[in-house]
Amino acid sequence: MKKYSGFSLLKNALSYHENWQKVWRSPTPKKHYDVIIVGGGGHGLATAYYLAKVHGITNVAVIEKGYLGGGNTARNTTIIRSNYLWDEASQLYDLSLKLWEGLSQELNYNVMFSQRGVLNLGHNLQDMRDIERRVNANRLNGIDGEVVSPQRIKEIAPLINISSDSRYPILGASWQPRGGTARHDAVAWGYARGADALGVDLIQQTEVIGIRRKGGAVIGVETNHGFIGAAKVACVTAGNSGVVAAMAGLRLPVESRPLQALVSEPVKPCLDTVVMSNAVHGYISQSDKGDLVIGAGVDSYNGYGQRGSFHVVEHTIQAICELFPSFSRVRMNRQWGGIVDTCPDACPIISKTPIKGLYFNCGWGTGGFKATPGSGYVFADTVANDHPHSLAAAFSLDRFNTGALIDEHGAAGVAH
Amino acid sequence: MLLIHCPHCQENRDEEEFSYGGEAHIVRPLEPEALNDEAWADYLFFRTNSRGIHHEMWYHAVGCRRYFNATRNTVTYEILETYKTGTQPTIVGASA
Repeated sequence: MKKYSGFSLLKNALSYHENWQKVWRSPTPKKHYDVIIVGGGGHGLATAYYLAKVHGITNVAVIEKGYLGGGNTARNTTIIRSNYLWDEASQLYDLSLKLWEGLSQELNYNVMFSQRGVLNLGHNLQDMRDIERRVNANRLNGIDGEVVSPQRIKEIAPLINISSDSRYPILGASWQPRGGTARHDAVAWGYARGADALGVDLIQQTEVIGIRRKGGAVIGVETNHGFIGAAKVACVTAGNSGVVAAMAGLRLPVESRPLQALVSEPVKPCLDTVVMSNAVHGYISQSDKGDLVIGAGVDSYNGYGQRGSFHVVEHTIQAICELFPSFSRVRMNRQWGGIVDTCPDACPIISKTPIKGLYFNCGWGTGGFKATPGSGYVFADTVANDHPHSLAAAFSLDRFNTGALIDEHGAAGVAH
Repeated sequence: MLLIHCPHCQENRDEEEFSYGGEAHIVRPLEPEALNDEAWADYLFFRTNSRGIHHEMWYHAVGCRRYFNATRNTVTYEILETYKTGTQPTIVGASA
């Protein structure tokens, strides 16, 4: 892999940028791999990268039915934060945030991570009590955060409406300055390039249609291009996790639902932070291109259609216009839906399964993007050692049997 | 936007009148205390999550305020039938 640098940019400019190295190879699948990762989204590619980088396991394939990073990695609102309530969740998300902080250097790929801060607004007394509790819990866990007043919110985001006359007046917020956004595609591409350079085979346009087992252990996957053997199979298939689990005869406590987002036409820089509100339900930031990126809600019903109900968008826009009245004249450009795999406790599953050599990393629901590096890191460790990483142990599939759920419905940005 | 036929009201109504009730035909165990943790967890949390034909409960929240079931394709979102609670679906299919 040729390193990207100012010098390489200059050098390639002299040849009209026609001689850049391909970012990754398009290999023919081998007959057998040590680990097959099903799903080439951000989490799957991160898992492959850390398997190769940290654990020295390079005989790895990532099998993707479409193209790399073409699912929810390309369909989210790119918000990154770690202000979750419970110890287990906040430590996992903060590991992720720490990895984000060094990711562009680590990957030699600009993921455009921008720590512009995240505001979570409170609109009533109970919201504020929850926010204070969550901020205090975060600080005890060594995660930055403060409770801010409406005046301070107005300083951070001057266009916001803090009038006490509004239908849901803003009473305060939690503020995490280390939070922010990143470029969603770049994360997938950066991890893909890094994993490829370490010898991982990235196999696109190949769909896994079965998981072959022998004597209670995995021996490989059936694909639409034939059988590929593997000692371990790690599934990171987000919305389709239930479908993949069914191939191995497993059931999961997840339900797949469309989550929508939309972007406006590009406008001049006007919002240099991330504003989220659970109560009125909308969240917004401005991309570097200038479009306002707006997160809507999740549909109430199960679906795999990668589109959502119009009334969900309508309610979100009402909330955004209430928070930012000046945005009422901004025209919306595009809308899309991603299929999120929601868990009953709004926390992910990073787990071994009753089948030897089969692992699942799913259930991230509406908040998986921010966790991409940390998820890959702990899942790679879990797969490599066949033993849960210390931060992944609490997120085992078994927690639904023991009842040790981690209820993060309050800190998850989207109700589900 | 779904247009849902309520089998009680016998009318097609906008989905905003309804709320979703989750997977249908999950029978509450008659003797919960006789179950082990796995069986109880399966009843509480584990779902079919079908890609394709899915039987699900809906509640006509701002209409007749009664539950009913629907058979819906979770990929195309086409509602194939709605039927009253306690009756069985006429359309059953392997989910893909």
